[in-house]
Amino acid sequence: MEDLLFYLFAFVVIGSASVVVLSKNIMYSAFSLLFTFFGVAGLYVLLFADFVALTQIMVYIGGILVLIIFGVLLTTKITGVDIKSGTTGKVQLITASVVVVIIAISLILLFTNVEWVNQEFVQPNTTIDSIGFAFMTKYLLPFEIAAVLLLIALVGATLIARRK
Amino acid sequence: MLETIQMEYYLILSAVLFTIGTIGVLTRRNAIIIFMSLELMLNAVNLSLVAFSSYYGDSAGQIFVFFIMALAAAEAAVGLAIILSLFRLKKTVYVDEVNIFKW
Amino acid sequence: MTETLWLLIEVGVKALFIISMILSAAAVLVYSERKVSAFIQNRIGPNRVGPVGVLQPFADVLKLFMKEDLVPRAADRRFHSLAPIISLGVAISVYSVIPFAHYVQIGERIIYMGIAPNVNVGYLFILALTSVGVYGVTLAGWSSNNKYSLLGGLRSSAQMISYELSMGLSIIGVFMLAGSFSLNDIVLQQEGLRWNIFLQPLGFIIFLVATFAETNRAPFDLPEAEPELVGGYNTEYSGMKFGMFFLAEYANMATASAIISLLYLGGWQLPFSYNLIGLEAGSVSLAIVQFLCFLLKILVLCFFFIWVRWTVPRFRYDQLMNLGWRKLLPLALLNIVLTGIAMMIWG
Repeated sequence: MEDLLFYLFAFVVIGSASVVVLSKNIMYSAFSLLFTFFGVAGLYVLLFADFVALTQIMVYIGGILVLIIFGVLLTTKITGVDIKSGTTGKVQLITASVVVVIIAISLILLFTNVEWVNQEFVQPNTTIDSIGFAFMTKYLLPFEIAAVLLLIALVGATLIARRK
Repeated sequence: MLETIQMEYYLILSAVLFTIGTIGVLTRRNAIIIFMSLELMLNAVNLSLVAFSSYYGDSAGQIFVFFIMALAAAEAAVGLAIILSLFRLKKTVYVDEVNIFKW
Repeated sequence: MTETLWLLIEVGVKALFIISMILSAAAVLVYSERKVSAFIQNRIGPNRVGPVGVLQPFADVLKLFMKEDLVPRAADRRFHSLAPIISLGVAISVYSVIPFAHYVQIGERIIYMGIAPNVNVGYLFILALTSVGVYGVTLAGWSSNNKYSLLGGLRSSAQMISYELSMGLSIIGVFMLAGSFSLNDIVLQQEGLRWNIFLQPLGFIIFLVATFAETNRAPFDLPEAEPELVGGYNTEYSGMKFGMFFLAEYANMATASAIISLLYLGGWQLPFSYNLIGLEAGSVSLAIVQFLCFLLKILVLCFFFIWVRWTVPRFRYDQLMNLGWRKLLPLALLNIVLTGIAMMIWG
């Protein structure tokens, strides 16, 4: 059952990610990104990371993707549904494919060849408690810095995007 | 689940997702699509972090994921603001048409 | 194996019950909206179909089914039909974490009333789903290829993501009191008359306003402001696809009322101890009484929704954004601080 779910989510993630990258219509890309995010959230649930899964949906789908869609609608002539977007020229395509193949092969070789320590999978009841405690104790400083970073980004983004 | 689906499966999936993201970043011209591909790559990294975290029973991996998400949100806001002002200035979001430093 | 089978049957029965409840709730709400608005505007309202017009919603649905399903030629077909499905699907799936009553004990088996009321991330699930709900509207607006639709869709997504923030922040006080995200825990913490509305009055007001904005109801119904935008995001929809948006709006209203009553009005808790009327924990009769209590709270809140719609005029767009970002958000943050201080002092 869980195997099946893993393959289903993996299929959704890879399929929709390919559409994001290859589609000619930029709105199709944006909306298949929605399915990629959902698929990844599903995989998190399979890994018993419930809090991360829901944060993924809230942050990526509820925040970032909405921003991206706003970006798409504000930067294209939105009179038609037909929003095209091209790819780069031949030379770049060839170099890009070489780079991509190298990256893919090295990553997969790395992941399959390392002897991962096999540990007993502990199935946690909930991850919220442990994550919350870690944020407020061990990772307090990074947590505060992340908050300041978000504030800076908020102010900066408003400043840049403001019409003068 | 955990008898048959090994951690390597998640890692390979994450590698594939990362590669797809790289293809997008390298081959597309539209800045927003490049942006989406970047998000794909970040998601791939998050996936591998969560996989490590769950299979080793250590919540540190998931905490890194939260920091990456905060970073991604900040990046999305600033990046889209930049794309928006770029569009106002040059009337295009194609990265190869923004070439005033090139001749 | 039999355990899994029992679980499947249990979930299936609950899901059927919930879906039929939502559909009948939508029918009741449509009828009462028309009747209440007629009363407020000194009209009579629907009175032709059935006695005092009670069968009107069924006639409406029948009409919508018979109508031709028009899709504009310039529209994007796939997304045009996907949008209402997303809207309605999100509205219905929220119910999977809502408890209707506490539990019923049959022999050894404890059956919780609700599909998954005890999940640890219960409310986060609802927040996540509401953020998905934005897509139904945005998608409808964009795929119709109509400027009014697009404007409605954009307005609605901007409005929903702005108010989601104050909504999320205003309930942190409730979570601090309950120490859990699970909706059943939050309800259990409001035993007797310790309702959160008394403990969190500021949070309650912020949440109520934000909920109105989230459900796109008046006075925040800018996405479908008729005088400016024809019909907003659903201008180009007809037949049952329009019906699905319509249904989703009323289902969302019922959901919002259910969530408000769970978080602030004690949910299925009776206002007094159940021992007082001689009922036992886990008995069927207590579950029924709890369910009726919950239903009553939902209906009162729904009436409030309708009442506000026909009383308060629509906000202007800048007023809406001003209220959300400059008033509600700081107030929600203040509420968290106040709750923290109060918890420090009174433990």
